[in-house]
Amino acid sequence: MGSNKDIDLIEDGKRLDGRDFDELREISIDAGVLKRADGSAYLEWGKNKIMAAVYGPREMHPRHAQETTKAVVRARYNMAAFSVPDRKRPGPDRRSTEISKLVSEALEKVVFTENYPRSVIDVFIEVLQASAGTRCGGLTAASVALADAGIPMSDMVASCASGKIEGEVVLDLGKNEDNYGQADVPVGYIPRSDELCLLQMDGNLTQEEYEKAMEMSIDACKDIHEIQRGALRERYSTELQEEEITKASEGVE
Amino acid sequence: MMSERETERELLLPGDEIEETGVKPGEGTFKKNGKIYAAKLGVKTVRDGYVNVAAQSGRYDPSEGDKVIGTVTDIDPSYWTVDVNAPFPAVLHVNDVPWRVDYGDTSSYIEVGDALLLRITDVDEQNKMQISIDEEGLRKLEGGQIIEIAPSQVPRIIGRGGSMISMLKKYTGCKIFVGQNGRIWIDGDLEGQYLVIKAIEMIEENAQALGLTDAVENFLKEETGKEFDD
Repeated sequence: MGSNKDIDLIEDGKRLDGRDFDELREISIDAGVLKRADGSAYLEWGKNKIMAAVYGPREMHPRHAQETTKAVVRARYNMAAFSVPDRKRPGPDRRSTEISKLVSEALEKVVFTENYPRSVIDVFIEVLQASAGTRCGGLTAASVALADAGIPMSDMVASCASGKIEGEVVLDLGKNEDNYGQADVPVGYIPRSDELCLLQMDGNLTQEEYEKAMEMSIDACKDIHEIQRGALRERYSTELQEEEITKASEGVE
Repeated sequence: MMSERETERELLLPGDEIEETGVKPGEGTFKKNGKIYAAKLGVKTVRDGYVNVAAQSGRYDPSEGDKVIGTVTDIDPSYWTVDVNAPFPAVLHVNDVPWRVDYGDTSSYIEVGDALLLRITDVDEQNKMQISIDEEGLRKLEGGQIIEIAPSQVPRIIGRGGSMISMLKKYTGCKIFVGQNGRIWIDGDLEGQYLVIKAIEMIEENAQALGLTDAVENFLKEETGKEFDD
């Protein structure tokens, strides 16, 4: 959290991009965009562009990584070389390894992993264009992709960050606010059970500021959850019109 | 068959509460604090006092009694390992084939790469599957080709009461079998096979379209020049 007195992040009670303190950037999600994956989602969140794909449940390789009583949720967060202004050196690094781990753990909270012992559910998150908040965007998109893949889960995780700029608590930090702000708190929220599955903090907040930030994030996550549900409804509701369930096991030949 | 069909179609998303009284949580649901919720994306069905969520997407979820197409991936002295497109490979034991196979003689009956028409006879809570080929109609598939579609599309390929599939057979003269795991075996002359694949692609792309059966029939009429009076 670098603070730079030369940069004004708030002007006339509005943020640099004209947003209010508790306003999200524009979010749109498309579900089922990849034919080859079992489930997928494409998310645009402000200037972020993120693709998530799910494969599985399938047999876990390497075998020693299998869990005998449950499935492993294995997320991989990756930034494209062209996703940031300076070229990102391809391949896993300290930061992407961390995000992969925390997304895996957040999703494992909602997936009924006990239904698929010894298997793995692979989640690939590809950041095509990054502009602050990609871990939240990645987690949000991955949840939709999991639902699209028909994976049993107790709810979809919605994720959003809040933080502090120029002493004000604000929602969903943009790129400059992230770089020059004073704190950044990404949150993963499970609306149905009112639980958190991701919480980090970069920078410092007082207890009051923290509580305010959490309240903002959780309210925003509820809105994001509706966007996630909307994406899935749009993808599937039309398919239900003329569908018919016939069992092929009766022997159709 | 009619009694298995439910009247309303309601799309449920993971975590949606199912407001249905006097039912028990079934397939694709979970119960928490006395309430029933959908565990996956799907359509609500109520049957025999259970509320289920029928999946609309995703991988093949093996269930007992399904007829599927598998390919042999490995041979052991007393069993074959078969890939049935499920999260796990299935085991075909020598007791479940119609031949008497001596220990170590498995490869002279079924080889790696062979395609089999199978029935899933048991799935346990560890997801371990038992499969059998020892039943009327089940066999090793010879000739033809196998294509794969999403398992959730299988009902559309078959059509209402098997209407779509019998139409495909009628026009192309091909032998077709649709496995519940999304694998389709097609055998016949090349022209016919090609037409079946084209038609299946058409069904996949326009799965939700109204009057799909008619559209496919027109396509087949045009391509084959055949006419059938119903």
